[in-house]
Amino acid sequence: MSGEHSTYVPTSGLGKWVDARMPLPRLVHDSFVSYPVPRNLNYAYTFGGILSVMLAVQILTGIVLAMHYVANTNDAFNSVEFIMRDVNHGWLLRYMHANGASFFFLAVYLHIARGLYYGSYKAPRELLWILGVIILFLMMATAFMGYVLPWGQMSFWGATVITGFFTAFPGFGDWLQQLLIGGFSVGQPTLNRFYSLHYLLPFMIAGVVILHIWALHVTGQTNPTGVDVKTKTDTLPFTPYATIKDALGMAVFFLIFAYFVFFMPNYLGHADNYIPADSLKTPSEIVPEWYFLPFYAMLRAITFNIGPINSKLGGVLTMFSSILILFVVPWLDTSKVRSARYRPWYRMFFWLFVADALLLGWCGSQPPEGSIVFMAQVGTLYYFAFFLIVMPLLGLVETPKRIPNSITEAVLSRQHAGGGGQPVPVPAAAEKR
Amino acid sequence: MDSHVSEHETTPEAFHEPTRRDFLFLATGMAGVVGAGALAWPFIDQMRPDASTLAAASVEVDISSLKKGSTLQVKWRGKPITIRNRTDKEVADAKKVPLDQLKDPVARNANLAADAKATDENRSAGAGKENWFVMIQVCTHLGCIPLGEQGEYGGWFCPCHGSVYDTAGRIRHGPAPENMYLPPYELTPGKTVKIG
Repeated sequence: MSGEHSTYVPTSGLGKWVDARMPLPRLVHDSFVSYPVPRNLNYAYTFGGILSVMLAVQILTGIVLAMHYVANTNDAFNSVEFIMRDVNHGWLLRYMHANGASFFFLAVYLHIARGLYYGSYKAPRELLWILGVIILFLMMATAFMGYVLPWGQMSFWGATVITGFFTAFPGFGDWLQQLLIGGFSVGQPTLNRFYSLHYLLPFMIAGVVILHIWALHVTGQTNPTGVDVKTKTDTLPFTPYATIKDALGMAVFFLIFAYFVFFMPNYLGHADNYIPADSLKTPSEIVPEWYFLPFYAMLRAITFNIGPINSKLGGVLTMFSSILILFVVPWLDTSKVRSARYRPWYRMFFWLFVADALLLGWCGSQPPEGSIVFMAQVGTLYYFAFFLIVMPLLGLVETPKRIPNSITEAVLSRQHAGGGGQPVPVPAAAEKR
Repeated sequence: MDSHVSEHETTPEAFHEPTRRDFLFLATGMAGVVGAGALAWPFIDQMRPDASTLAAASVEVDISSLKKGSTLQVKWRGKPITIRNRTDKEVADAKKVPLDQLKDPVARNANLAADAKATDENRSAGAGKENWFVMIQVCTHLGCIPLGEQGEYGGWFCPCHGSVYDTAGRIRHGPAPENMYLPPYELTPGKTVKIG
């Protein structure tokens, strides 16, 4: 791949026999052993690998939980408690699955932030980025439907509120909502179909992940300088260099994950979900899981009508747009420079965007009263301004810092400044981009 | 340019004379599209409310013990229905509100025309039985269940996103766009109400 010739040489007789018929070992070798990666990747680039493992964790724990769970409104809540108390190691598997969803989102948000910081979405990686946004969408749908399955109060009312979004669309909204929940209110048909789809979607995610990795291996990885790979000295083989770095990143990440699973397994959940669903009693406050809070805050920030669009539809459209806008990011950013390392202004706006997302998350967790609503409105305004105003305009007015001629040059100048590492001969001057 | 032009290429002659093969291509393609659509429909349609959900599940409730100022809650189509014998003050309060002060001026009453005005009479069981009030107690914002006898109008208040309704279940402020809906029902004052 990447235009390189395969360096795989089967050694055993069996290896040669397989290679001539279905060269899967060759594909694995070329993709994960000899595959060249930029030599200057930092730990922000380890989240792709972490995410692949998280997906595997969720699918594995999910498959075994499905062996004990019952998708029936009378039994669902009890079957979850049965998993916790009676099934051998059921508590471990369920806590891994529930906290796994949180850590999956934590990793994906860090992965996306990495992409936004280093300009990973810019040509020629637009499709790679779009596939990633599709994965994010599928993850959100999967997580939402999974949260409904324990059939607690938050499950039921979260499902009611979120499927209620669709009634905002004039004309076909009610029809669409009834199509989704299979009735006039959330009930048995809803639980049953959400279970079916919650089992299906992770495999669709796995399919899109394969496309995502394929697209990655066609264009190659970006790197913290944003400068394209030009010569062989700019790269290192995936194994052992990237493999070992990914492994250390994973070890640290999974250590934190394990801490949550074993010592604070309910910290990220909501206590109300340990109350069985009651269709006649709404909890005093409906709060989604933490990873949906910024979007929830944007939904609630629209408290006013915008022309013919009423506040309800306005909120729903704002919330959906906040994710849909990611699809066009490659075309919104007009800067020729990839990495924020050489874009002082973009770097400032980027960190402001991170702070804004955290502020929106906090607003989403608070009751929508008084100054919270105003803060959420300001936060929503900046969220969209970052994409629609900052990204297009900054590329036209910003003066970037000097960009190194090559990855090797950037690495060596750092080493000289830091005084560490082995000197490497500088390659012949790389051609201009 | 290659001088060997195959018989299938769109030379000027081909535009004039559609061949039998062109027709077959088009006809097969159209049959495929229609067939795919026809096949897809059952897969979509099965998601819609099933026959048992749609079955005319009407509920008959005895309201003989319902005194002024008290409320009964029953379930209809999986949703809570509030049946309230409103106090005279509640009726008077609701009647006082000018229609142009309402966020949603439509009655949303399944027993009346779709464009009936949201007067208190149109929201209640009708002239002479205005104290009787039957409503689907579901917030028109995102489907939460508002709490009764709360909020600044003494009507309903939704704890989810702060919508405030008056004593006739009409939206006064907050994110909800419409008045709470009234189900189809037949009411005999002090005796029974049949919902659905």
